[in-house]
Amino acid sequence: MRSIDGAVLDLKRLDLLATGDSIIHRLDARAKVVTTLFFIIVVVSYKRYALAELTPFLFFPVITLALSNLPISYILKKIAAILPLAIFVGLFNPLFDRETQVLLGPISISGGWISLVSIMGRSALTVGSAIILIATTGFISICHALNRLGIPRVFTVQLLFLYRYIFVLTEEAACTTRARELRSCGKKGLGFSSFGPLIGHLLIRTWARAERIHMAMVVRGFSGEFHSRQINRFGGKEYLYVIGWSLVFIILRTEDITAILGAAFTGFFS
Amino acid sequence: MHMADALLSPAVGITMWGVTAGTIAYCSTKVKKDLDDRKIPLMGVLGAFIFTAQMINFTIPATGSSGHIGGGLLLAILLGPYAAFLTIASVLVIQALFFADGGILALGCNIFNLGIFPAFIAYPLIYKKIIGSQPSPTRLSIASIIGVVVALQLGAFSVVLETVASGISALPFTTFVVLMQPIHLAIGIVEGLVTTTVISFVYTARPEILQSAMGARPLGNISVRNIVLSFLALTFLTGGVLSWYASKNPDGLEWSIAKVTGTGELTGTEQSLHHVLAAIQEKTAFLAHYSFPSKQGGEATTEVATAGKEVQDDSGRLGTSVSGSVGSLLTLTMAILIGFFLRRETAGKG
Amino acid sequence: MSHHIVEVKNLKHVYADGTIALKDLSFTIHHGESVAIIGANGAGKSTLLLHLNGYLAPTVGEVRIGGFPLTPETLPEIRRTVGMVFQDPDDQLFMPTVYEDVAFGPCNLGLPEEEVRQRVGEALEKVGAGHLAQKPPYHLSGGEKKRVAIATVLSMSPDILVMDEPTNGLDPFSRRQLIGLLKDFHHTRIFTSHDLDMVIELCERTIVLHQGEVKADGPTVAIFNNAQLLAECRLEKPLSMQGCPICGASRNRL
Ligand SMILES: Nc1ncnc2c1ncn2[C@@H]1O[C@H](COP(=O)(O)OP(=O)(O)OP(=O)(O)O)[C@@H](O)[C@H]1O
Ligand SMILES: [Mg+2]
Repeated sequence: MRSIDGAVLDLKRLDLLATGDSIIHRLDARAKVVTTLFFIIVVVSYKRYALAELTPFLFFPVITLALSNLPISYILKKIAAILPLAIFVGLFNPLFDRETQVLLGPISISGGWISLVSIMGRSALTVGSAIILIATTGFISICHALNRLGIPRVFTVQLLFLYRYIFVLTEEAACTTRARELRSCGKKGLGFSSFGPLIGHLLIRTWARAERIHMAMVVRGFSGEFHSRQINRFGGKEYLYVIGWSLVFIILRTEDITAILGAAFTGFFS
Repeated sequence: MHMADALLSPAVGITMWGVTAGTIAYCSTKVKKDLDDRKIPLMGVLGAFIFTAQMINFTIPATGSSGHIGGGLLLAILLGPYAAFLTIASVLVIQALFFADGGILALGCNIFNLGIFPAFIAYPLIYKKIIGSQPSPTRLSIASIIGVVVALQLGAFSVVLETVASGISALPFTTFVVLMQPIHLAIGIVEGLVTTTVISFVYTARPEILQSAMGARPLGNISVRNIVLSFLALTFLTGGVLSWYASKNPDGLEWSIAKVTGTGELTGTEQSLHHVLAAIQEKTAFLAHYSFPSKQGGEATTEVATAGKEVQDDSGRLGTSVSGSVGSLLTLTMAILIGFFLRRETAGKG
Repeated sequence: MSHHIVEVKNLKHVYADGTIALKDLSFTIHHGESVAIIGANGAGKSTLLLHLNGYLAPTVGEVRIGGFPLTPETLPEIRRTVGMVFQDPDDQLFMPTVYEDVAFGPCNLGLPEEEVRQRVGEALEKVGAGHLAQKPPYHLSGGEKKRVAIATVLSMSPDILVMDEPTNGLDPFSRRQLIGLLKDFHHTRIFTSHDLDMVIELCERTIVLHQGEVKADGPTVAIFNNAQLLAECRLEKPLSMQGCPICGASRNRL
């Protein structure tokens, strides 16, 4: 499990990246949400043994990443961080699926290994595109976009509350756990018996905070309805972005570009 | 356990998204009708609390390993099922977007697995029934342990179903079940115990929190009949979509269906629906052929049966894989070059 | 009858757990007055403030604002009249960005978009936070949060400003800025504070609470010169009224 401080730093970092300025940042959030979702669906629509066919899909994250001025190493690190998990979930494949699928000269590769690598590739692509989405859009804009794409208001508003108070509560929790660690005389780990009260305390304080927030809302005339500004920026650029990429994905999905390219290349040299 | 995008097929992913989005819409109208305007900030802040609490680990006695709280049942107890479901969903949204826990497409599955069972099964049908009208410390612990265990068992089982139905993982159904359920039994007991300690702490320190959560809430009293009916509807919906898809894709699910029913045939209505959709699919060619041969069924046990069919032209296969590898290398190089080029351009301008 | 009179009569408040936070309070605050409510921790200051805009209902007694009792009908108008700034700005800044937060109140009043924008701009300028408009609250420093929290209330143009420990947690510079800001607000002001030097500077009248009761109510200077009273209520003379410990010179400007 990640540490509290690490998680907050990560959140803040991604949040700050989203305040940057680039062609991609400036696009309406809905365009990016829809395109990313379609990208992920197309990528995972490949069968278990797809590998070569997945490579052209790298164009989407690479191009958006390049156009958005995000720090590449940070994004790569975020992707690398989840790969162990992908390996873990795919690890059973080589065990259960031992039939030879590919022969490269004398080496025979079983289906399980291919699908394991395929799972890693899928993970990198789907996670990479999701991280680029959040790092170029920001959570708040994504929430507004979800709202305008038909997700109910009640849901998105409390999602925004959640996001806002993560920053406050994690800080509180970090202080509490630090205080506990300082008094635990070097003993690692939180015992069962002290965990309940610690979380319970945090819960009670959180509850009181929710009451105070509600108080602050009521005092300013809140009566159950949220008003927020609606900015419509969905224009030509956005249509171009969504339709352009969707076409690319569909073409990549229907035509095996790598095979065509490879065949042309090997054909040319033989 | 979180489902991951990489293990999902679009059919399963999109179906579960549909189911989850529908439930979110339904719960949202319920929460809105509730007219308790305290609820929205409370949901948000408690969501942040669960997010935070999940990062605080405790050591599990006598094992040396550590665990953290899940929070689904706890939220249901504090907020009632509808608001709790929305809050669990929100926590998962944040985790998926910022920490790539699961992924965006898998979000539907994860919200379903971790949200539906605690909010609509464990809380109303187990926790509330055991607690009754007179909560006592013993009842509280029994109710929360059983509640958490059942919710986790169901959640783990639906992870298995979703994975097998997707057909990306090669893990056979039975092995997967045998692996998942006992692990989640252990996790459930530990988590149930922890949930108990938290609830009892709150119960002694600020009983009015739990009282306000338990009383005066029409949300808490959903009828069993409604739950059963909704689940039946859900099952039919999901089953229908998935089985159609599975009949199109012999991997995974259909194999198990064929094994259960003894035939690969599906019933009439599904068949005609199947035809319509198959026609659409052919037109859009969304699921075109793939270069590596597919294997019939994802099961080790079928290996013997299918081995015969798999005798194919090895040279042809070699041909595809070589051109495939060369093509991939080319595309990769191209992608990286284009990336660098664009980067230089934008950096130069910016 | 002035709009801005605050009357508290025989107010008693018992919390759900049985804590008697306020015993029997009575006082009246007139238009344009600047009043400090001081007292030790747990004296009941915050509890009292929460009655002034009807967030808490009296267990016994009555609160009247501008002559009106607090009833469900008068509540919306009273909440607009009484602007309340809480102790912890994190409780008050719940919207995604500073702009939306300051606009929250005016939006709830149902004002047209154009006027909302104008009010938000003015309120942020007044507290010197115009440049922060697009920032999310969690990227602000403590002093910035406090100033924005005040702007969220100013944007509703309240007639009575109620603040719970406004200078709490501010560095000397931010504190000074804030005091300057509050001096410019010419309506009724009610503060609670442990910052007694600020009290001297801003408030001509002080109410001392002790264990849920009014121990003293009068001119600020008189109260701070009553050593016995201060000791009884676990308070101290503000530094600016004490003789200089180094050179011995008294710096009593009042
Ligand atoms: N929600 C609550 N439930 C029960 N008791 C409470 C609650 N809030 C406050 N109290 C109690 O009421 C009394 C008065 O609290 P209050 O917060 O008004 O004090 P205060 O004067 O503002 O103190 P401080 O200077 O520390 O802010 C205290 O004894 C406190 O413990
Ligand atoms: Mg206080």
